[in-house]
Amino acid sequence: MNNSFSLNNSWITKAQKWFNNDDKVLHPFWTIVYKEIADHVRSWRFIILIGIIALTCFGSMYTALANFDKAVKSSDPEGGFFFLKLFTISDGSMPPFFVFIGFLGPLLGISLGFDAINSEQNRGTLSRIMAQPIPRDFVLNAKFVGALIVISVMLLSLALLTMGVGLIMIGIPPTFEEFMRVMFFVAISIVYVAFWLNLSIFFSVRFRQPATSALSGIAAWLFFTIFYVLIVKLIINMSMPSQKMMMMPQQAQGFEGLKIFLMRLAPNQLFSEATSTILMPTIRSLGPLTMEQQYGSLPGALPLGQSLILIWPQVIGLIAASLLCFVLSYVSFMRREIRSR
Amino acid sequence: MADNIIELAGLTKMYDSFTAVDHLNLNIRKGEIFGLLGPNGAGKSTTILMMMGLTEPTSGMVKVCGLNPTTSPIDVKKKVGYLPEDVGFYDDRTGLENLVYTARLNSLSGKESQIKAMQLIERVGLTEAAHKKTGKYSRGMRQRLGLADVLIKSPEVIILDEPTLGIDPKGVKEFLELIVKLSREEGLTVLFSSHHLHQVQQVCDRVGLFVKGNLLAEGDIQSLSAKLYGNSPYIIEIEVSEDNGSLVTEERLKNILKEVKNITHIKLNGDKFQIDCSADITAGIARAIVQSGAGLHSMSKKEFGLDDIYYRYFEGGETNE
Repeated sequence: MNNSFSLNNSWITKAQKWFNNDDKVLHPFWTIVYKEIADHVRSWRFIILIGIIALTCFGSMYTALANFDKAVKSSDPEGGFFFLKLFTISDGSMPPFFVFIGFLGPLLGISLGFDAINSEQNRGTLSRIMAQPIPRDFVLNAKFVGALIVISVMLLSLALLTMGVGLIMIGIPPTFEEFMRVMFFVAISIVYVAFWLNLSIFFSVRFRQPATSALSGIAAWLFFTIFYVLIVKLIINMSMPSQKMMMMPQQAQGFEGLKIFLMRLAPNQLFSEATSTILMPTIRSLGPLTMEQQYGSLPGALPLGQSLILIWPQVIGLIAASLLCFVLSYVSFMRREIRSR
Repeated sequence: MADNIIELAGLTKMYDSFTAVDHLNLNIRKGEIFGLLGPNGAGKSTTILMMMGLTEPTSGMVKVCGLNPTTSPIDVKKKVGYLPEDVGFYDDRTGLENLVYTARLNSLSGKESQIKAMQLIERVGLTEAAHKKTGKYSRGMRQRLGLADVLIKSPEVIILDEPTLGIDPKGVKEFLELIVKLSREEGLTVLFSSHHLHQVQQVCDRVGLFVKGNLLAEGDIQSLSAKLYGNSPYIIEIEVSEDNGSLVTEERLKNILKEVKNITHIKLNGDKFQIDCSADITAGIARAIVQSGAGLHSMSKKEFGLDDIYYRYFEGGETNE
């Protein structure tokens, strides 16, 4: 039997050998999670994605650094937050880092989840796995957790890399608060990508063909990033009286409230509100402010705790949206008939 | 009965208005090899899925190892190995890795999984291919790996859904021998479905004939044929010619054989005569023909294969689709 263990020397196999020869009994759930992570890390898909995201990172870093001197003014109330500017400034030719993540995050989530269940079904492995003594939801949950771990590690290391490079380039170390703000930014991004991941896992349960489910995910993404804004504008314009000057102030406020409400149904709106608040401490409110409320307030930055309180509803909204997708996947997966192929 | 390991009673599965399995009653005893035989779409796979808790019965009862697979599927899956029809593996992993993964899903430790997987790979004769990616496996090899995959949890019962589909005849023979050997050695109960009659006939202790969601007949092959053919369970085929080389006519043969008892029917079937009889009278027929001076070219006693049973049943039923 000794020849049977002589595998080739790639580090993955070595790591796996270590893992396999371990004496401990691993919980089946984590067995699936490990396998999912290994599958993701080895796949071409992931390499391509990481390439895109790294390029994005590099691009927005570059524009941020090139415009850094212009963006930093001595009279700036944000004066203390030089470091965060790395993530938020741009010259208009390329969106800043956090907007880019908002744009590409869905792609990341969709591409890691769109074939989670249906590819197993098409390969004929699903019924084999389902015949093992594990609860059905293990498969669903482990697929989610596996992809989420991959995404988290990737986003976290990208943010840390950006910080490191920025540190070398501008020579100003981040304060603790700035560091924490970036960490919260990463956490929110993970929650946001998790929503898209969940949505695409739901599509993968729902649709037999991976192409259909990928397309549905991309359609949802395009809908929210491009068309949803147009639709909201249309609704607001149609419901508003034609002569805007005739409106009562309360009415105008009502319409503004309706617009914000509709916009916040889109997850990307929630994400951009949350991240811009966390990365730009001067943002003090996410709703309409009246002159009375603004009157007498001193320009200044919010402390981290206050910024977090401000975005809490947005974060909860994102988590709720992912839970909704999760529930839908559960409902359609838990009691379905598992046929081979 | 206490030694029934699988019990189905009044089991029904409806898909909308279509009834896939219709009030099925079936008991499978511990340690036997049972063949579920039927044409495509007869409801074999659906029945198996219900036994594994992979789909819910519309009504009726399933008990596997004394457990209800709909309400406690995990306990059932600990004891029952299931090889799905057209089983798939992770193509970018080796056969060994695939098996180890299954072993670990059954809560075996890393070391145990490795050792057990290697042993099973050896038993199903895939030692050389253990480190090959399963994407490069042939159909027969995948089926063998599937068998190892089923056995890795040390099951009490194994259920194989169309295990011989798409394998060449030699592979089928080896595969079936493997199943028989393993089941005898381990005292396993084996249930397998097939629409291939000869294969089932080769290895099964008992057979259930399945058509349109109904179990038409059940039992070993002798009792099935006895049930089916009633008073003429033997068919003898003979080829006879006159001295001058021309074939004998039906009249002439009837004349020759009129002394022989127990013949129920004679009919000409191409060049050969088919004689239905109620007892084994091969010797008597041969003697009568030889004494009459006609030349006996060939004579064969037809064994009742499942083939005949199968077709008889389908002729009997209104299965003209």
